[in-house]
Amino acid sequence: MSSRYYSWIGALALVAATAAQADSTLLNASYDTTRELYRIFNTAFAKHWKTKTGETVALKQSHGGSGKQGRTVIDGLEADVVTLALAYDVNALAEHGNLIPKDWQKRLGHNSSPYTSTIVFLVRKGNPKAIRDWDDLVKSGTSVVTPNPKTSGGARWNYLAAWGYALKKFGNDEARARDFVGKLYANVPVLDSGARGSTVTFTERGIGDVLISWENEAFLALKELGPEKFEIIVPSISILAELPVAVVDKVVDKRGTRKLAEAYLRYLYSDEGQDIAGRNYYRPRDAKAAAKYAKTFPKVDLFTIDEVFGGWQKAQKLHFDDGGLFDRIYQAKK
Amino acid sequence: MSFALRTRHSVLPGFGLALGFTVLYLSLIVLIPLSAAFIRTAGMSWEAFWRTVTAPRVLASFELSFGAAFIAALINAFFGLIVAWVLVRYRFAGKKLIDALVDLPFALPTAVAGIALTAVYSSKGWIGQYLEPNGVKVAFTPLGVVVALTFIGLPFVVRTVQPVLADLGRELEEAASVLGATRRQTFVRVILPAILPALITGFALAFARGVGEYGSVIFIAGNMPMKSEIAPLLIVTKLEQYDYAGATAIAVVMLVASFLLLFALNLLQWWARRRGGQDS
Repeated sequence: MSSRYYSWIGALALVAATAAQADSTLLNASYDTTRELYRIFNTAFAKHWKTKTGETVALKQSHGGSGKQGRTVIDGLEADVVTLALAYDVNALAEHGNLIPKDWQKRLGHNSSPYTSTIVFLVRKGNPKAIRDWDDLVKSGTSVVTPNPKTSGGARWNYLAAWGYALKKFGNDEARARDFVGKLYANVPVLDSGARGSTVTFTERGIGDVLISWENEAFLALKELGPEKFEIIVPSISILAELPVAVVDKVVDKRGTRKLAEAYLRYLYSDEGQDIAGRNYYRPRDAKAAAKYAKTFPKVDLFTIDEVFGGWQKAQKLHFDDGGLFDRIYQAKK
Repeated sequence: MSFALRTRHSVLPGFGLALGFTVLYLSLIVLIPLSAAFIRTAGMSWEAFWRTVTAPRVLASFELSFGAAFIAALINAFFGLIVAWVLVRYRFAGKKLIDALVDLPFALPTAVAGIALTAVYSSKGWIGQYLEPNGVKVAFTPLGVVVALTFIGLPFVVRTVQPVLADLGRELEEAASVLGATRRQTFVRVILPAILPALITGFALAFARGVGEYGSVIFIAGNMPMKSEIAPLLIVTKLEQYDYAGATAIAVVMLVASFLLLFALNLLQWWARRRGGQDS
């Protein structure tokens, strides 16, 4: 796990470099695709904090797969706050590390998720396979790229979005939904270990007709690689991906950074924080910011994981744990 | 008792001290971290352990990891020997450059190797675009795993065989030839026995490295359950579920299996050395 060491070394180097002039430091352990978002947000927050309190704060980031970041914090990385890709990984801090209380999700508004995203499709320019909705993904001859739900948080959202669509389509007939999702995964030629990996497989390697992706990641791919190469297709129904944030109580109490950490997360809900989220292709919660970015984000019929799956703990156990429904898709094929 | 004789002439001060240091050093560097893996699995019941490590997906991944590492090590043993031979026996322009190239798989971050190999062998890649129409799929198949492991294992064979070949000297071959041996006989009876122990060591190193390799394989394997999932990936999937015990259970099986295989290879090497008459 060398990348973990690198992030450690990186974090340590940053501490050494910044501790000298800053009044306090704050480490935010986040997941892979939030790099751009927090680079901008951290600058804004540091300015806000300076005018409000006169203190200079050094904000540091650590990025990696959501599950890996959760484990790193449990194993002792002193992150003051976590901003991860799924509530399941934040729950783990409570369950496996005793670092935060079990009801952490009630502490901040909107299920402790200041911004959300959803799952959309990225297709090649002109949409040669005429992909419009989830049904087109199970057709034979369509090649679908999505990462491995066992190793990627984003992939779990993708899988659940498809499952939720199928349940709706077939009137909650679970056997038919299972069949639908099984067919979809039969069209997947490669399961990368992370969401970024799948984006690279689709965009750089030219594999697949459609990439199931985070909405923000799809926008980013469009921005970085050019709108003349790809198109975003929004399905009729998708999942509301709540992206949770939490103060790590054990760490902030030890380091004496609770006030700062709480202000940092609250600032995500402020006008400026919401605007930054929208600018970086995350769907803001606040009505004003949402209205401002309404043109960017097309209207989708969104369902939540609590409505359809009864929350992350249940969904994880039923679908993704060993021997769960996802495993059975592949064991049935053999 | 060649053993006692040697210690008397040893440069290191005293056998006891040297052995004590060896054991301490090995403990700190190797045994203590490894024992952590065993301790973490100790929390599991025997049934849970057995169920974890004999799950069909886990067995499929063991088969792939050990199988692909074995094939890759065999390929390297053959071609690595040729590379070593060329580097030792011939002089040509650019020899130093090629010599340095051999070490490249060592130095390259494994993820870089994986990304590069995938780019080359995927259906749109330089090589992949010619292979795929002919029915050979490399990227995202077990074959891709073998390719990646062959890449990273090459230096192990070349670097272990090279010095032995260099020491061998042409005189031996000349003597064999003067005494009437054919080329084939010279190779099989004279050269091969001398380099066999080194070749086995190189093979064992390449194999061991391949079994545990993660970074370079993960990009090219495609990670399809039951087909192209390597065992280290399953360890990561277990960790992703916060199933530390399950992850270390797989790790323990890999450790024990690797140890037994390496031990067997060591015995084989010892036998080859005796047979080769170099029991020094």
